[in-house]
Amino acid sequence: MMNRRTFFKSSGLALVAGGLLPNVFVRMANAATTKGKKTLVAIFQRGAVDGLNVIVPYGEKAYYDARPTIAVPREQVVDLDGFFGAHPSLASVAPYFKDKSLAVVHAVGSPDTTRSHFDAQDFMESGTPGVKSTEDGFLSRAIASKSEKDASPLRAVALGPALPRILTGAGGAVAMQNVSQFGIRAGASSNQVQTSFESMYADAVAGALGGTAKESFEAAKILKTADPQKLQPENGAVYPNNTLGNSLKQIAQLIKANVGLEIAFTDVSGWDTHAGEGGAQGQLANNLRNFSDAIAAFTKDLGSRMGDVVLVTMSEFGRTVRENGNRGTDHGHANVMLVLGGGVKGGKVYGKWPGLGSQQLYENRDLAITTDFRDVFSELLAKQLGVGALKSVFPGYDVSSAKWRGVLA
Amino acid sequence: MKRKLLAGTTLLLVLVSFTGTDKKLTERERALHALNRLAFGPRPGDVDRVVKDGVDVWIAQQLHPEAIPDREVEARLATYPTLKMSDNEILETYYKPILEARKEAKAAAQAGQEVDQKAMLAEMRKQIPPEKRPQRVVQELMDQRLIRAVDSDRQLNEVMVDFWFNHFNVFSGKEIDRFLLTSYERDVIRPHVWGRFEDLLMATAKSPAMLIYLDNARSVAAPENRPQRAQRFMQAMAPKNANRGGLNENYAREIMELHTLGVDGGYTQKDVTELARVFTGWSLTRPQQGDAHFIFRPGLHDAGPKTVLGIHFPAGGGMEEGERMIHILAHHPATAHHIAYQLCQRLVADDPPPALVNRVAKRFLDTDGDLRQTVKAVIDSPEFWEPKYYDAKVKSPFEYVASAVRAIGGHLDDPTPLARSLQQMGEPLYGAQPPTGYSEKASAWINTGALLARLNFALALAANKMPGVHADVVSLIPAEAAADANKSVDALAVALTGGEISNATRQTIKSRITERKAPTEDPWDNTQIPTVAALILGSPEFQRQ
Repeated sequence: MMNRRTFFKSSGLALVAGGLLPNVFVRMANAATTKGKKTLVAIFQRGAVDGLNVIVPYGEKAYYDARPTIAVPREQVVDLDGFFGAHPSLASVAPYFKDKSLAVVHAVGSPDTTRSHFDAQDFMESGTPGVKSTEDGFLSRAIASKSEKDASPLRAVALGPALPRILTGAGGAVAMQNVSQFGIRAGASSNQVQTSFESMYADAVAGALGGTAKESFEAAKILKTADPQKLQPENGAVYPNNTLGNSLKQIAQLIKANVGLEIAFTDVSGWDTHAGEGGAQGQLANNLRNFSDAIAAFTKDLGSRMGDVVLVTMSEFGRTVRENGNRGTDHGHANVMLVLGGGVKGGKVYGKWPGLGSQQLYENRDLAITTDFRDVFSELLAKQLGVGALKSVFPGYDVSSAKWRGVLA
Repeated sequence: MKRKLLAGTTLLLVLVSFTGTDKKLTERERALHALNRLAFGPRPGDVDRVVKDGVDVWIAQQLHPEAIPDREVEARLATYPTLKMSDNEILETYYKPILEARKEAKAAAQAGQEVDQKAMLAEMRKQIPPEKRPQRVVQELMDQRLIRAVDSDRQLNEVMVDFWFNHFNVFSGKEIDRFLLTSYERDVIRPHVWGRFEDLLMATAKSPAMLIYLDNARSVAAPENRPQRAQRFMQAMAPKNANRGGLNENYAREIMELHTLGVDGGYTQKDVTELARVFTGWSLTRPQQGDAHFIFRPGLHDAGPKTVLGIHFPAGGGMEEGERMIHILAHHPATAHHIAYQLCQRLVADDPPPALVNRVAKRFLDTDGDLRQTVKAVIDSPEFWEPKYYDAKVKSPFEYVASAVRAIGGHLDDPTPLARSLQQMGEPLYGAQPPTGYSEKASAWINTGALLARLNFALALAANKMPGVHADVVSLIPAEAAADANKSVDALAVALTGGEISNATRQTIKSRITERKAPTEDPWDNTQIPTVAALILGSPEFQRQ
């Protein structure tokens, strides 16, 4: 096992051994570079990542009993607290746990019983588990609830070709696949053509409703002026050449360009490991390495700016505690979330651990949920972005700060 | 404040707004509606032709694609070698070189040579001639789909292939599925599009592509549930493997949730697990060795009793259990409703009227799942022709790209660049990873980034700068109209949309023309026609169908 001592040696942080120091980003923060603008970055792991092999309860025998071929061996986890350990593929982000800037929430999820990817993602993104009629996404409602004068059209951005459910709605989020290509490409007449498109969409319906196209063209103009693309990775950060790496690199550019970004969202797929999942090595290990390296590069790239950034990961549900007949796992229930950044009270695995004994499992097969994902997001939205109207963000849910896990300071 | 709050949904409203009128559609509107919904939009002159021949005649022809010759497209597709190959031929030609390269690299490593296996593999791959590279297979498949969508005369057939492939989605990125999709579309989807649903369902269930995509090829009975004889045999012949393997729920869940009953179709987790047991042993020959055929492996089938959806199977059953469940699922009322809903959503409206869905579901049940009759029930319905559903659906990227190329009368020299555009717009062909496939709803496709991608596509296309497509938009309108700015806009609007553009759009485009030059100059010349065409193809009107 990689113990604390060798870890600190290898990460060059021997001086701070003992874990008494606060979140590394709080120490680094000087706020000058982000103008104090707070940003929340959410990453959705689509396909249901196997949380039990991400943050491994290596202290629990039942984990090894349930997974004869795909458990991550005790000796290979990066120990976190003597009971949980990170998958070795998380080696690039695990140091932030020791730095107290990365927190883990385990046995967290959406309480609806569905094991359908589609429904579970839909419920998590709408923020209303079990209610299919909700039209908008909860991050959109969070942005909309914070009306601001002269708000930037780039307050909420999704990296990807489609606007995800979670940002659909009155929040006015912008989806873009490539920051540098967000604009009209018509050579010398681009501006004129843009104006024409703008007015076609603005005039298509009566006054009050016209504006979205205008806003998106405004966003394009801001991006053109700020030219975030020229902002190359700093601090020697090297992003892995994969979708998540490219998305996070562009989110970092938007943050550095001070375009008023408050919520950034991106997703990464490939977690639906029904067969040949692997343990310390293999399919999931490879995906996790790409995932971890992209997040680590983002963190390194932003440097002291991370003091104003919180990054959170989510996935629609967890996977079965027992491995299936194909050395994989089927659809389960509770999962794990990672929270990284400034203000995070890291170095701790939050949430009540329900255990993996047969009697403790949800429907005798899955990790039970002890923390509702809405409690995690309520806290992040309130403390990081100052969202006050949490009841409108999570309608029908008893939002209460008493249920917050205290992940943020 | 109000404007801000509403802003996010505005785009959608702009695009799906329609003129609420209870007037009946004119014959011209009926023709355009049919061409938009039952085809990938009109080509130049199509609306006039369909009006002249009769809308109902055209529809009747489209419902029997086997009687439409389509020789040009057939001849063109005949030049694509992989489209005729069987799974095994494709595996032999395109997969084997990779396997051999892998083997060599491994052997070199085992022989103690200091080799970087990855680098060596990459090098060996480079040495494969381009026509033998594995990506060729999906590339040709994407090309044929685009060629057919743009140029085939069997347009409704292509619409239904798109629909059913998406319904039984298989992702090309899953394991070796990139080699199996050619046969999957050609031999599993296409032959059944106008047949019985049960046959289509059965064909997908036994297709190598689906068996791999949803992992059923691997799903086997837990060792203790296998037939006694098989257990003894395994213990004697391969004791190491005798206790390996077990259930995989992936296919059992998705066949009920997505392919048949629908997520609210009334099944439980227990049903999922039990159905997975029913499908154990539904497997493949040896795809990794270049042989991919369906095979039932009785020794790996769960020999115990099972109960699925209240139907009991006593111990000792075999493949007939799965076939019986497919029969039951195919004829289940929840399936009829689910299929009817999705067809109506595709052909009529994102939120289809429940009365229509119920009627179509009834036709599905009454005709033993006859898909031609079911589709006909949608088209024959009064709802299909209601003015409120005219122009009420937003095109998916695939529909947008195909319809834009058709509208300008574009000649498709090379479809590959169009496939890349689809990727940028978020709908790469054969590239939907989740079993859900792509969304049929406007909200999934309409956002600012995607709209910009469409506008840029329109600009390139109309300016004849889209690689692989050539078109002359000036030729679309009479010379007399082209000589005049206002007449050009009006004529292009009719030529490209087949119908009307709003006054607002027309005014915007006209003012764009007159602004361009100093007032003393004649503001109009032919070189502006491509920009006008791009603005029309990028207009809210052209996003709808």
